[in-house]
Amino acid sequence: MWFRTPGGDLLLDYIPVLVHFVIVVGLTAALPALHALVGGSRPTPPKMEPYESGVWTIGSTRERVPIRYYLIAMLFILFDIETVFLFPWAVVYRRLGAFGLIEMLVFVGVLGAGLIYAWKRGALEWE
Amino acid sequence: MITVVLVAAVKSVALVVMVLLGFAYATLLERRLLARFQLRYGPNRTGPFGLLQPFADGIKLIFKESFMPATADRLIYWLAPAISMVAALFVYAVIPIGPEIRFFGATVSLYIADVNVGILLVLGASSIGVYGVILGGWSSNNKYALLGCLRSSAQLISYELAIGLAVVSVVLTAGSLSLVDIVNAQQRLWFVALQPVGFLLFFIGALAETNRAPFDLPEAEQELIAGFHTEYGGFKFAMFYVGEYVGIITMSLLVTTLFLGGWHGPLLPGPHWVAVKTFAFMCLFIWIRATMPRVRHDQLMAFGWKVLVPLGLLNVVATAVIVALVGG
Repeated sequence: MWFRTPGGDLLLDYIPVLVHFVIVVGLTAALPALHALVGGSRPTPPKMEPYESGVWTIGSTRERVPIRYYLIAMLFILFDIETVFLFPWAVVYRRLGAFGLIEMLVFVGVLGAGLIYAWKRGALEWE
Repeated sequence: MITVVLVAAVKSVALVVMVLLGFAYATLLERRLLARFQLRYGPNRTGPFGLLQPFADGIKLIFKESFMPATADRLIYWLAPAISMVAALFVYAVIPIGPEIRFFGATVSLYIADVNVGILLVLGASSIGVYGVILGGWSSNNKYALLGCLRSSAQLISYELAIGLAVVSVVLTAGSLSLVDIVNAQQRLWFVALQPVGFLLFFIGALAETNRAPFDLPEAEQELIAGFHTEYGGFKFAMFYVGEYVGIITMSLLVTTLFLGGWHGPLLPGPHWVAVKTFAFMCLFIWIRATMPRVRHDQLMAFGWKVLVPLGLLNVVATAVIVALVGG
């Protein structure tokens, strides 16, 4: 059948998920539309000014961002992907036996070394 | 095929209504409880015990004027709260609130779908929620909002790692990613007993993921006005609020499902146990907010990266070794 994946799993399992998604998106689209309809809008220049404690805005907001945020984002990507790799391993772990354990110890060992390296180089310092 | 869609649609609508009612009363619960912690009464005038207060708030917010800053990025400004709300509500597709029950002679399962990557879907959807915060803060073109969204995204992604690692050790213990299987694996012994470190990691991560005190830096009102939603008013603000409070319910429900045996418990039927445990955790969230002072940003990041992530990795290794020794 067209909806069978090679593993024999039914993609049909995901149809309820899709239905739920459509309903949630529909509701989320309907509420702001209703709000825009009944709320009305009478824009005046002071009202449309960005809020800066009651004074006129000074300078632009779209400025450069401190480099440490990029650093954290890069570290996050590395470690998050690592976590994703651990999920399938965790599911089949009991079937892998000693091989699975050693394999994972090497994997987590490399990552732990990476974390210690980033730590020692000061990537985790915030000052 | 048609039946599958119809059944899913009925369940989905019922669940969304339930979650939104839960959200409405979570706001009231928080205001009332916080007030009592501070020896005040809280809102108690609208209806008996203030029970109509959430509806008064909702109606007020929907009739508020819809304004936006002139320099805001129009499309993204509207998209951000929607992403927040969709991500928060979507995760309920796979979270079970009870086992199969008999309902008018038919067997009904109390979850929309039981897919084999359930918990991964939940983690993925809650990661999408971060986009709501980032885009909302950036598109408002407001300095407070930008600072709030930068802090917030750094915090959310850091603590997501702690949650991910805690979930890996749970999956390792249960041997499945399906939330229904994980609950069934706890029939005899709850995972909080087998995974105490994982439980703590997950709970601390949950506090940070939902921007709750002591990790409520994104909205530190004394320094950042309101953080990433400074420029959001009316119902657009309410949508961020839905995302946040539904997040609290979701996290309480996930703690219940992953660590506290879900619907397993004596005497009461399954769904009641889920409700009781979830409610207890929501009260705990509020209690912690009333008790703990806010941490500094450098303390927050250091705690996430230097304590929680190494602890999570060690916990996964320790779990793997124990599972290998015991033989599952």
